[in-house]
Amino acid sequence: MENNSWPTWEVFTQKKSGAPFEHAGSVKAADKEMALLNARDVYSRRNEAINLWVVLTDNITASTPEDMGPFFDPANDKMYRSPNFYKTPDGIKQIN
Amino acid sequence: MNTNEAIYEYCLRLGDTSLILAHRLSELCGHGPILEEDIAMQNIALDLVGQSRIILSYAAQIEGKGKTEDDLAYLRDAFSYRNLLMAEQPNTDFAHTMVRQFFMSAYQYFLYTHLHNSADETIKGFAQKSLKETIYHLRHSTDWILRLGDGTDESNMRTQGAVDELQQFIDDLFDADEVDAILLQQKIGADMEQIKKAWHEKVKEVFALAKIKWEPANGGTRKGSRRGIHTEYLGYILAEMQWLQRVYPGNQW
Repeated sequence: MENNSWPTWEVFTQKKSGAPFEHAGSVKAADKEMALLNARDVYSRRNEAINLWVVLTDNITASTPEDMGPFFDPANDKMYRSPNFYKTPDGIKQIN
Repeated sequence: MNTNEAIYEYCLRLGDTSLILAHRLSELCGHGPILEEDIAMQNIALDLVGQSRIILSYAAQIEGKGKTEDDLAYLRDAFSYRNLLMAEQPNTDFAHTMVRQFFMSAYQYFLYTHLHNSADETIKGFAQKSLKETIYHLRHSTDWILRLGDGTDESNMRTQGAVDELQQFIDDLFDADEVDAILLQQKIGADMEQIKKAWHEKVKEVFALAKIKWEPANGGTRKGSRRGIHTEYLGYILAEMQWLQRVYPGNQW
């Protein structure tokens, strides 16, 4: 079997209800159903996730290292963009 | 035969079947067609070892001779093993492995669905836990049967070949005897006729979609696992599985 003929899929896992999906890694699979089963076997075999997303890697558009300056620098000098000055109750972890 | 003797036999059948099937899958560890499938097959093998452990522990307890599940797994010879003949058939190629898994997972699925309501609490708990795992095993192998059967000429030919070869062990799956009759009457066991019917419907449906010809022989095929009459393969499996405990009795790691 030619392993290389199967496309790569990116796997996202959700650890608990309401939590964000996080990138876990990638799998090889012939189609989306197989990708989902493979993702379950590779990234959630010990109950690590309650939900899975798989996305064909080719369908992800990513920023490049050359974009780094124009994309991200302008945010650095504007503190008012961040909600750091709001008072939040103790024990709140999800806001930052 | 009293009820406890019947439960003991019944648990050996359930536990040995899962154990031997797990061993067959474990032989493929590191040899899967791709990394992902390798992990998938070993996940299934580990689930099956877990099932076997629960129910063989119970068998040892029922037997009441102070044995453990390890004693039952490692110190019985082939003629004392009660696993289904289908479970011990060799991997041969990926098509054989998946057809065997599909037949076995479909069987376990319908069996555990019935044992889900067993009057015996341990068997009931075992079936409830195992059913969740089996639903996944069945989905996995069904998916492969569809892909392989309705795939290329080569994959269809190999899958058809595996089906034609393994169908001689189907009667053995449903070969109910006195043990089944006693436990069915006590609402502990399952009605094998119902399971047989459901199993055949499922297999027929999947093979139709997978473009696999399905004309199972009606009777006259191999049976005997419930009496410890096995195919030539079991002895070799046990030799590999048991040698360490046989050579170094009681050794632990």
